[in-house]
Amino acid sequence: MTAISSTGLTKRFRGGQLAVDHIDLAVPDGAVYGFLGPNGSGKTTTIRLLLGLAFPTSGQAELLGVPVPGGVNRVLHRVGSLVEGPAFYPFLSGRDNLARYDAADRTADPRTMPDRIGQALERVGLLSAARKRYRHYSLGMKQRLAIAASLLRPRDLIILDEPTNGLDPQGTREVRALVRQIAADGTTVFVSSHLLAEVEQVCTHVGVMRTGRLVFQGPLAELRRTGAARVVVQTADADGAVKVFATLGLTDTQAGPDEASALLGGAEPERVCAELVHAGIGVRCFWVAAPSLEDLFVGLTGEGFDVDG
Amino acid sequence: MSTADAPALSGSLPAAPVAARNPARAWLRLFGAELRLVFGRRRNLLLLGVTVVFPVVIGIALRVAAPHPQGGNGPGVAFFNQLAGNGVFLTFIALSTLLILVLPVVVAVVAGDSVAGEAGYGTLRYLLAVPAGRTRLLAVKFAAIMVFGLAATVIVAAVSLAAGAALFPVGPVTLLSGTTVPLADGLLRVLFVTLYVAAGMAALGAIGLAISTLTEHAIGAIAAIAILVVTSEVADQVPQLAAIGPYLPTHWWLSFDSILRTPVDTSTLLKGLLSFGVYAVLFGSFAWARFTSADVTS
Repeated sequence: MTAISSTGLTKRFRGGQLAVDHIDLAVPDGAVYGFLGPNGSGKTTTIRLLLGLAFPTSGQAELLGVPVPGGVNRVLHRVGSLVEGPAFYPFLSGRDNLARYDAADRTADPRTMPDRIGQALERVGLLSAARKRYRHYSLGMKQRLAIAASLLRPRDLIILDEPTNGLDPQGTREVRALVRQIAADGTTVFVSSHLLAEVEQVCTHVGVMRTGRLVFQGPLAELRRTGAARVVVQTADADGAVKVFATLGLTDTQAGPDEASALLGGAEPERVCAELVHAGIGVRCFWVAAPSLEDLFVGLTGEGFDVDG
Repeated sequence: MSTADAPALSGSLPAAPVAARNPARAWLRLFGAELRLVFGRRRNLLLLGVTVVFPVVIGIALRVAAPHPQGGNGPGVAFFNQLAGNGVFLTFIALSTLLILVLPVVVAVVAGDSVAGEAGYGTLRYLLAVPAGRTRLLAVKFAAIMVFGLAATVIVAAVSLAAGAALFPVGPVTLLSGTTVPLADGLLRVLFVTLYVAAGMAALGAIGLAISTLTEHAIGAIAAIAILVVTSEVADQVPQLAAIGPYLPTHWWLSFDSILRTPVDTSTLLKGLLSFGVYAVLFGSFAWARFTSADVTS
């Protein structure tokens, strides 16, 4: 059973720009799925397609087994969502804003509404500001209110689009704790972010977007495994070390001022080290480095400063 | 917390009692919330306040200026001539005066804001993700616009009636056709006039709703509706355009004077109501087609 699935989901904007390009999502039930990618890689558009806010150019998608956008009115009450930042009526209080959204839910029981609103506000720590007008909320409070709105009912799936935008480090930690808590209740969480570090600690699965395409999807552990290990040697003779790497058939060699490295591939690190010493390279330090998730993420998304040019 | 608990927990918190809830009640609940939003907004209350002031000011001005029979024709002039004899006519004077711009603008503000305002705030995407349902949300919006238009019209009529009674004598009503009818009959006609004007405002509301689905800028939608009203009124005054006159959205608004004759000029009234109905259906359908098929990008 998958909480979210799609096949060939595509969205081309009227201007011709391909925002989402044939993506096949598979979010397992009960997962905490980190939907990663740089800004503008199509994450929010994908979420809009899943929620039936935008209509796909081609492809299919299902939420909790119900096809969308056709079945949104049958399934979305089981889905809590935060899309592209909070949005509320500035002239209403936090509580009245939540009541407004609850009134739009044809499956919500109005008799339990005050309790449910109170609990949702308490969960995000906004109970004391419940009667304040939204206009006077800080950015962090607005973000929390939006999360509270997604928690108004027990949900089977929560979709959070950049939930920590505008939050201070304290707020970011609180959101992370909240995500853990929601997941512990058995709710599937789909959380998008452009920051790997933000979701790395809570996610079980990740999907990585790059210019509208899903370039990786799977358990977090699998992403770690895709990273190729490198041998790194600290030495005064970096160029000599690179030559040795080459004779051993190692690829992607790099030489720095006091350091040389290469992809390990199938070679045995012990043998590489022995060959270095044998060739008379003064080895100060030798180790095998597994790439950090950050490196893998940057490698997949191609963002940031690429030293190789 | 073991994983074994999870299914039991999600099972004990059923998230899907869809069929259990009465759909009519759910509609009423959203409608109630929409009315609270529209009538709870200070800006909208201010607009209703303005419509209260106008009839009173017009009444006092006419009392001070002591209107006397004037030449010319048209419903406005006829009403002025009758007012001195009967305060009930202040209702018709106020309605025909406010129908030129004030009432249409009041309706335009609420109609133009209806969808565009939500899009501008970004609340539209959350309402749809709730899910409110696109058709359901649009229907509730239209209903709320109609109620607001009716409220504004009723307020003008009621305040005019009260001000008219306070400032002028009240008694049996002499109609435009010259016949005199008892006061009760006259008040019944006031009621029909009010409903007729509200029907015209409902048609304008449908036009406004359609325009509102085209933009995320409420102020732009409101301005467009107001410009449309003025353009239609001006075009209706140009003799060379007389051929298209009856098809203009504002053409039949002032035809409520047909109610103030014996026998009532039902053919004119029906043409007016037909025009309102056609405009409401046409623009309501357009709003629906647009709103249920457009991407929400706000």
